[in-house]
Amino acid sequence: MKKVLMPLLMVVVLALIPFIGVTYAGLDYFFGVVMPYTAAAVLVAGFLYRMIDWLRRPVPFCITSTCGQEKSLDWIRPDPIESPSKPWHAVIRVLSEVLLFRSLFRNNRAELRQGPDLVYGSHKWLWLAGLVFHWSLLIIVIRHARFFFAAMPAPIDFIDGADRFLDITVPAFYMTDAIVLMAVSYLVFRRLQDARMRVISLQTDFFPLFLIIAIALVGMSMRYVTKVDIMPVKALAMGLMEFSLDAPSPIGALFYVHLFLVCVLAIYFPFSKLMHMGAIFISPTRTLLNNSREKRHVNPWNKPIRFRTYTEYEDEFREKMKKAKIPVEKE
Amino acid sequence: MSQYLPKKSELVKEFDEKPSVLKGDYADREWWEMPFEFREGNFCFPAKPEVIKELGFPNPRKWSPTDDDWKLPDGWQKILMDGMKERLKKYRSIKLYLDSCVRCGACADKCHFFLGTGDPKNMPVMRAELVRSVYRNDFPMVEKILKGFAGSRKLTPEVLKEWHMYFYQCTECRRCSVFCPMGIDTAEITIMVRELLQLVGVNNNWILAPVANCNRTGNHLGIEPHTFVQNIESLVDDIEDLTGVKVNPTYNRKGAEILFITPSGDVFGDPGVYTMMGYLLLFHHIGLDYTISTYASEGGNFGFFTSNDMMKKLNAKMYHEAERLGVKWILGGECGHMWRVVHQYMSTMNGPADFLEEPVSPITGTKFTNAKATKMVHIAEFTADLIHHGKLKLDPTRNDHLRTTFHDSCNVARGMGMFEEPRYILNKVCNSFHEMAENTIREQTFCCGSGSGINAEEYMEMRMKGGFPRANAVRQVKEKHKVDSLVTICAIDRATLPPLMRYWNPGVSVYGLHELVGNALVMDGEKKRTEDLREDPMAGFEDEEDDEA
Repeated sequence: MKKVLMPLLMVVVLALIPFIGVTYAGLDYFFGVVMPYTAAAVLVAGFLYRMIDWLRRPVPFCITSTCGQEKSLDWIRPDPIESPSKPWHAVIRVLSEVLLFRSLFRNNRAELRQGPDLVYGSHKWLWLAGLVFHWSLLIIVIRHARFFFAAMPAPIDFIDGADRFLDITVPAFYMTDAIVLMAVSYLVFRRLQDARMRVISLQTDFFPLFLIIAIALVGMSMRYVTKVDIMPVKALAMGLMEFSLDAPSPIGALFYVHLFLVCVLAIYFPFSKLMHMGAIFISPTRTLLNNSREKRHVNPWNKPIRFRTYTEYEDEFREKMKKAKIPVEKE
Repeated sequence: MSQYLPKKSELVKEFDEKPSVLKGDYADREWWEMPFEFREGNFCFPAKPEVIKELGFPNPRKWSPTDDDWKLPDGWQKILMDGMKERLKKYRSIKLYLDSCVRCGACADKCHFFLGTGDPKNMPVMRAELVRSVYRNDFPMVEKILKGFAGSRKLTPEVLKEWHMYFYQCTECRRCSVFCPMGIDTAEITIMVRELLQLVGVNNNWILAPVANCNRTGNHLGIEPHTFVQNIESLVDDIEDLTGVKVNPTYNRKGAEILFITPSGDVFGDPGVYTMMGYLLLFHHIGLDYTISTYASEGGNFGFFTSNDMMKKLNAKMYHEAERLGVKWILGGECGHMWRVVHQYMSTMNGPADFLEEPVSPITGTKFTNAKATKMVHIAEFTADLIHHGKLKLDPTRNDHLRTTFHDSCNVARGMGMFEEPRYILNKVCNSFHEMAENTIREQTFCCGSGSGINAEEYMEMRMKGGFPRANAVRQVKEKHKVDSLVTICAIDRATLPPLMRYWNPGVSVYGLHELVGNALVMDGEKKRTEDLREDPMAGFEDEEDDEA
């Protein structure tokens, strides 16, 4: 399974780079200051570039995927979300995709039985794992804000507190740490276990999953196992927020592994399928309204064409038309 | 039975025994290493050179997909890659959908061709990967450095052949797009690839011959005006024989209020003609001021399966003719892809149609505000409104000899969103209607397996495979509710479902919705009716004198 082992190897090598760099070459400044700035710049610039690159291309036709009743006769109830006719319908439709993975919730699984007979079973595991994975990641990213602010903003403090609600370890255990590991493990597992998924998966599908697993594992081991002193970490993070170029005080190689892998993920992001984060907001089949007969959708490059006019048609068939008593323009 | 179709028992054996990804027992291989083969029954014949010449398309020649050498023009790779670049600039959808797939696999078992063949390259994600792999090789520079990592490959003759095979095993039905969390619509990619293949003369006669016909004579079947009229007149005679009522359609009549356009299959093909008889009865029943055009005598648009320009060119006749005749608005018959084009493309391409008026039903006064810009109303919307206002005299018991189910046509379902109107009408004109399984109807409906211009005789084997999920769902209601009538609102369905039913579910017949309306309509001055429009005896209306004799 080259396509599984290669990305795994890549992540291991990537993890070793800062470990060796910090432990043996003393490259704290490079990994602590240069890399984060570079990664942040690539992420922001790359993400914006990709979004603008998509958005500057026209949407010539109104290609809404209509998954519900159109707005037609007064007495027929339309489905405003699945067949949006007002902008705010489409907003809800897109947000429900982004926040709840609405389309994925429809997922079912077809099985071919002897007969032949096709049966369809409910299959919400992908939806569940995907949703939990993405939400956990978001919460984890948000609660990392505590490193970047002297005083924690209240909403972040609240999320952090809720995540620590199960107070079973010292320091307090974050639920999302466990959840994200379970979810991401399932996402890897299904790519290996299912014949269909094995065929469609590429190295680029495993790489980000392994990278995220590595980031999470290193992060958790710092918190729960080696218990890294967070004061210098916080000092570094707050320095970065102020665009400081000061050298960080010693933190330990494990932290730099965590930070470097996050930087790799950030740099990889705009060049990869991870851009689905932006794409989901602008997918024409979901953002467009199903009102193309009510309001003309304009195609900016609508190319003029020459079609066969009625006159040309009549010129060819005039005699036959007259015989058949079909009215003609020219007798 | 077609020479291109294996016996049902052989195909059943193939389903049951052949290993496939669908059944989870495929040998572990990279998809790009998996072989494919053109053989009789799995390709549509290429377009004839004279058809290509008539259309002014490139590279007319005699060739076959089974040939080693496809006689491609010099520099074909550049033509294709430049063509792709151009389209990526013109369509955000294509660029976005090539870039944003995460290969989550939700679409995999949603494609009727995958379910019918088990071929991994028929998983929608895989079908798009056939193109993505080439696109990635050429575009984002970083991935160029990391070849192999991202699964990219060169555009070779083998890749081109693979495109030809698998983008004609996609019917642009959009079922996968319903399930995709990113909203990726494989139809967009299929439309692009088919358009690209035209540029190097890799094509399909079943699509291009109708396109050439439609351009010249006004309809896909190539019916000239006098024959077109003659054929409708013979239906008028049939109606008179059956009902004793003489209906009076007019042709190319200036000053009519409404121009009626329907697929030419309804005028010429069985069982479409019975649907046509239904329309004629309905219009007579309500005294509609309408006319039928011999010039814009095609509702369907095989240009849609050819290229954007060709779709626009064929579609342009509708507005052109409506303007010439001075009608107020256009009424469109039952059809699938026709309505995708009318609903989502027509006014954008060929509008604004300012010479027409906002459609208003002359019978009920209902304003069809949802068709305000395009000025074209679907016959099911029109009829549902009539029934809702009690304007039709209907006797649903006249359809008591039928036990029906309803097949949502892909384009009307997922490219228009019309689900309720046909069901409302069906419930009013017949007493026995049974829905198929939940995830095989409405927005999750399965394609007939032959849409998007692949309903050629020589493609019968693939059609029976691609149509299997639909047939399977019909079989379930047949067994459960003794359903014997499959009702549709699509002319392609009416052409393709009968052979599909004969193959998988013998005993199930295919009907157009307005054929059932025609059966149920109680016409003024009609004679006693004992037979439906296809001259089958109706239940409970037996002629007593005949019984005694």
